[in-house]
Amino acid sequence: MAYNLKEVMANKPSRLTAGHRMCAGCGAPPVARMILRALKPEDHAVISNATGCMEVSTFMYPYTAWTDSFIHTAFENAASTCSGVEAAYKSMKRQGKLPQDQTTKFITFGGDGGTYDIGLQSLSGAMERGHDMVYVCYDNGAYMNTGIQRSSATPKFADTTTSPAGSVIPGKMQSRKDLTEVMASHHLPYVAQTIAYMNFKDLYEKAEKAIYTEGPCFLNVLSPCPRGWGYPTDMLMEINKLAVETCYWPLYEVENGKYKITYKPAKKLPIEEFLRPQKRFKHMFKPGNEWMLEEFQKEVDKRWEALLALEEMSNKE
Amino acid sequence: MGIRERLSGNEAVATAMKQINPDVVAAFPITPSTEIPQYFSTFVSNGTVDTEFVAVESEHSAMSACIGAEAAGGRAMTATSANGLSYMWEMIYIASSLRLPIVMSLVNRAVSGPLNIHNDHSDAMGVRDSGWIMLFSENNQEAYDNLVMAHRIAENKDVLLPLMVCQDGFITSHSIENIELIEDDKVKEFVGKYNPEHYLLNAKEPIAIGPLDVQHYLFEHKYQQAEAMRNAKKVILEVAKDFEKMTGRKYSFFEEYKMEDAEIAVVCMNSTAGTTKTVVDDLRNKGVKAGMVKVRVFRPFPAEEIALVLGNLKAVAIMDKSDSLNAAGGALFEDVVSSMYVAKKQVPAVSYVYGIGGRDTTSKDIEEVYTNLQEIAKTGNIDNPYRYVGLRK
Repeated sequence: MAYNLKEVMANKPSRLTAGHRMCAGCGAPPVARMILRALKPEDHAVISNATGCMEVSTFMYPYTAWTDSFIHTAFENAASTCSGVEAAYKSMKRQGKLPQDQTTKFITFGGDGGTYDIGLQSLSGAMERGHDMVYVCYDNGAYMNTGIQRSSATPKFADTTTSPAGSVIPGKMQSRKDLTEVMASHHLPYVAQTIAYMNFKDLYEKAEKAIYTEGPCFLNVLSPCPRGWGYPTDMLMEINKLAVETCYWPLYEVENGKYKITYKPAKKLPIEEFLRPQKRFKHMFKPGNEWMLEEFQKEVDKRWEALLALEEMSNKE
Repeated sequence: MGIRERLSGNEAVATAMKQINPDVVAAFPITPSTEIPQYFSTFVSNGTVDTEFVAVESEHSAMSACIGAEAAGGRAMTATSANGLSYMWEMIYIASSLRLPIVMSLVNRAVSGPLNIHNDHSDAMGVRDSGWIMLFSENNQEAYDNLVMAHRIAENKDVLLPLMVCQDGFITSHSIENIELIEDDKVKEFVGKYNPEHYLLNAKEPIAIGPLDVQHYLFEHKYQQAEAMRNAKKVILEVAKDFEKMTGRKYSFFEEYKMEDAEIAVVCMNSTAGTTKTVVDDLRNKGVKAGMVKVRVFRPFPAEEIALVLGNLKAVAIMDKSDSLNAAGGALFEDVVSSMYVAKKQVPAVSYVYGIGGRDTTSKDIEEVYTNLQEIAKTGNIDNPYRYVGLRK
């Protein structure tokens, strides 16, 4: 059935309830809510969550915003924790220790710090072992929970508290790691990059595919952070749109090795459009810093071209 | 009547794990415990057990997966040594704070650095305040028996704490000795079924585990953990009683060897007890009133009980196979002397650090300790309470 936002919202109540403590204008809660809506209403889920903004603001003892089963243990191991739960499920189901008609799905949420950096080993291990789970990285491009420190997901030149834009060093001096490609190199059944855009269609459909594809699947979801990026809280969806329309965050999926770009902007917007509304890139717009914009644009173009080539190459008969 | 066999310590542990048939085993290779997951994965490959074996990419993930599996409602087990345990360290505390009765086999080895793969107790001592029940084993038989008793203790409703069974790397883990195994069905019946009250895979009652637990609650939660550790003492003895009924083998907090009329004694753990018993026998033949206490239950620490047993000695030496590097004596020494102080037992006590990094501990070394104890007993003088035995000058 074709995706219909109204129907999804009407027929599938949010499994992450209101009353959590995430910031206004944070990109993560709409992402989590929509991904969980992709679950079949009759299916049970176990959510594993890395330490981070999402965890500390949704499960502060004795209150939880999660209606499914939920486990948080530490920062770097959301994937391996989930892999243990999934292994127990397999084992207990096989032994008849769980109701035969019970279907439980396993979804892990981690920020970019807990995924690109400290949790990369645990993620890689769990994916390679083939657990039937979906790992969702909500990528806000820095360690936001501890106060906006740079991560390997932070884009070049971004001003963070550990890569401050100073008079000698203009922000982070390294390019962003491409984790989606790292995960594609694990040869998983399904890897996708997505965002909350265009009525959440891309996000919902990819989440549904990831959850109901057997085996380890990975979703990388750009989730802007108003505190770290420096945009007005009511601008979240606009920022998401600009990330896609500038090709800063291409929407694509890799299904059994085949690349498919799920949205190609009719007219690719210049990267300034995405950078300008964000305080973290303010210094890039000072006179004399045009080279930074040029370099940033070049990097975006290079990655977009590479992706187009991958799509073409992987679909050749 | 049990089954007579000849097994190494690691084989004995793997056999117990096979008989326990846990739902999940997650482990990572590290000498000298590697053989345990090796043997166990053979049981999995041949369909001897129902277990899901998770060959994780690190010990950190081994403990994380065990936490996930146990929280899910399954029985989870693992095995490790030294740096593996150090790498798990963060998750060791989380496992106990989540009150998950995970059972681990710890094959004791020196923690780096520098790198050394041989036996001492520095790995175990690094987690002594982590809220795990810690049982020590003199030989393969005790490593096996302790593991068979483990789940009954850990999963008790008044306890709900993770438990580790320690044995000495190589000395016990790789030496083949006689052992009496218990029949499979008897072990199965003894260990029983795991019936957690709340668990993640109960779709009818979704639960959330591992909150942000701030100033209003953490103190009380830690108190509950401490209560559980105190409760464990009673449960450990009850389980030992049932175990004795089944096997005839008697276990308590510690083993007292010729302590009834002893005037001097050594307190030690694990395989050193075997050597010490021989020395005690020799000394007894010479008319020396020597005894030994071998600590089996290190956590919870049997403070009152040990003070009672040691309280009337003329001198006692406490042997630590790990140096606490604190200029104040080994970990076992500190626990024993503080137990005696609180119980108002003033016995001259000395700390001996020995066997670091697999340094062989011979009966000569132990004799030296007893000779020094005789001297202390005679004069009451202790010039230096922080001593080493077996250290090259």
